[in-house]
Amino acid sequence: MSQQSLHGSGPSDDENSSEETAAGGQVFASAQGADDLLDEIDSVLESNSEEFVRSFVQKGGQ
Amino acid sequence: MSDQAPDARRGLVTERVMGIETEFGILDAALDARTGEASSSIALSHLVVGAYGLLHPAEGTRGRRVRWDYGDESPLRDARGFEIRRAAAHPTQLTDQVHDAHLPSIDMDMPLQAPEIAPEGSDAEVLAWAARRSIGNTVLSNGARLYVDHAHPEYSSPEVTSAREAVLQDRAGEVVAQRAMELLAAADGVPEVALYKNNTDGKGASYGTHENYLLARDVPFERVVQALLPFFATRQILVGAGRVGLGTRGTEPGFQISSRADFFEEKVGLETTLDRPIVNTRDEPHADAERHRRLHVIIGDANLLETSTFLKMGMTSLVLAALEAEQESGARILPVLELADPVQALRDISHDPTLTRTVPLADGRELTALQIQRAHLEAVSAHADRTDPETAEVLDLWSELLQALETEPARAADRIEWVAKHQLLESYRARAGLDWGDARLRAIDLQFGDLRPQRSLFTKLRSAGRVATLVSDQEVEEAVGTPPASTRAYLRGRLVRHHRGEVASTGWDVITLAAEDGSTTRVRLADPRIGSRPWCEALGLDPEAALPDVLEALARAAADTATVPGPDADAGSAVGTDPSH
Repeated sequence: MSQQSLHGSGPSDDENSSEETAAGGQVFASAQGADDLLDEIDSVLESNSEEFVRSFVQKGGQ
Repeated sequence: MSDQAPDARRGLVTERVMGIETEFGILDAALDARTGEASSSIALSHLVVGAYGLLHPAEGTRGRRVRWDYGDESPLRDARGFEIRRAAAHPTQLTDQVHDAHLPSIDMDMPLQAPEIAPEGSDAEVLAWAARRSIGNTVLSNGARLYVDHAHPEYSSPEVTSAREAVLQDRAGEVVAQRAMELLAAADGVPEVALYKNNTDGKGASYGTHENYLLARDVPFERVVQALLPFFATRQILVGAGRVGLGTRGTEPGFQISSRADFFEEKVGLETTLDRPIVNTRDEPHADAERHRRLHVIIGDANLLETSTFLKMGMTSLVLAALEAEQESGARILPVLELADPVQALRDISHDPTLTRTVPLADGRELTALQIQRAHLEAVSAHADRTDPETAEVLDLWSELLQALETEPARAADRIEWVAKHQLLESYRARAGLDWGDARLRAIDLQFGDLRPQRSLFTKLRSAGRVATLVSDQEVEEAVGTPPASTRAYLRGRLVRHHRGEVASTGWDVITLAAEDGSTTRVRLADPRIGSRPWCEALGLDPEAALPDVLEALARAAADTATVPGPDADAGSAVGTDPSH
């Protein structure tokens, strides 16, 4: 695979594997990182969730 | 590898002709303009197809698109799958007659529809013309088809032969959707559109992400059904996209593993829009029907995680390879597991993110989805050819993710979509103390699949490095304009790119070329590997060469076995109902 390993840290991984070794580079991000992500979600989440969800109407497909 | 494996030279591999079709969710980007009416969704879908097909510079001359040829399911008339005909329209009758598809077939001088070229003008004027003409189809230079299906724009990827190519071409479809949205956003006087890669509005409507696999015809279909029911009911724990809300209308609050599970009512059947079956029987192979069937898989979720798409295609292809090997050797490979009620099991498994629930088997046993998946993995692994890199990659991923789910699912949040979504929702929920019925959680679910990069919550995860990736953005950009080399999509895509004005139409197994002198040639490619880059190179066919040279090379391929024109050159229309779903 061209980008990075598919394989995250598992029980068989090196003892020394640190937080950075997971696939994607930083999967086990810090709690701060998680909070930042939630803040970012807040910043792009449709401001009126109720109305957004109500207006999301699709026709059935296959 | 086992001695029982019929292809003792190799063992099971992921390689097979396959592809993915994605129906996008579609909304007017302006919240107050949303009517929820079908007419509106259909009109917006046409704008998406028209915008990309007629206006995007990557798709050639402005205002010009390549028509779709609906006649692609018609059988070849020559037993070798090859013929040259003059003054022949193609037949409309579908039969299951025997044909050897190792050679292309060429019809000449068939009547054509008049070309449709948009008038010059602004983007809005071109789109208005497209709307009047109801232009709902275009063939792209990567060999894909972009069109309006029901009330959704759909991207049907070109045929590929590996799971990785499938990921690349599926991601290319996301870029096509993004480009269409950008074009509409930039054009004056047309609505701005938002596209979503998901499967339901949470209000009872569902739309599909279908996989297609070419499968040896000689595997009895009853056996296909028997083998796939337990596999399809359980593979969701590895490749499900996750969904907020239980039930087709999401009336019961909660989180479930699969976005599609609640929309399935039957074990097996032909329907795709109601009473959906776990195993769909639709079977137009767009290939030699004597040797192949097309397995049209409608149960999969729309996946944004590349690892999910990769594993979904790879594991399913390996299970199908096991079925083919069983048929050839007479020796059973796949586990003997008959679910007592597959439809109920599908739902029960989806509704249990703890993965502890058991489902009853016909023989009285009670197993978890984890156990059923492990049985499949072990059976396939025992007969697989691990010297094949992609096969080994798929098996390793399958094994690692299963192990993670068995022990600590959070470890799989970077590679299993429902786990990623669940984790995100749980942190958001915990922080704000929300319950599962909260609209914000439903909004997060919907916006996870928003394909506008600035709005997409999946893109946020990806940008934060929280999900594994398999292909680079640059590779994806290239794939938008480059067909896979491994199938006839290569010839189709290259001709569309380099001879757009001379390609009158294409279907999956047909390309119609119109030369400047008015002569037309219809090329039938009944084997999906005919027209691949290696095939073209062996033939000395350069799709970028002048059309007469291309035609000469095709005629050369045909020359050895050319047949005398038959008397039954019946006239027929190239227009029919869409056979591709």
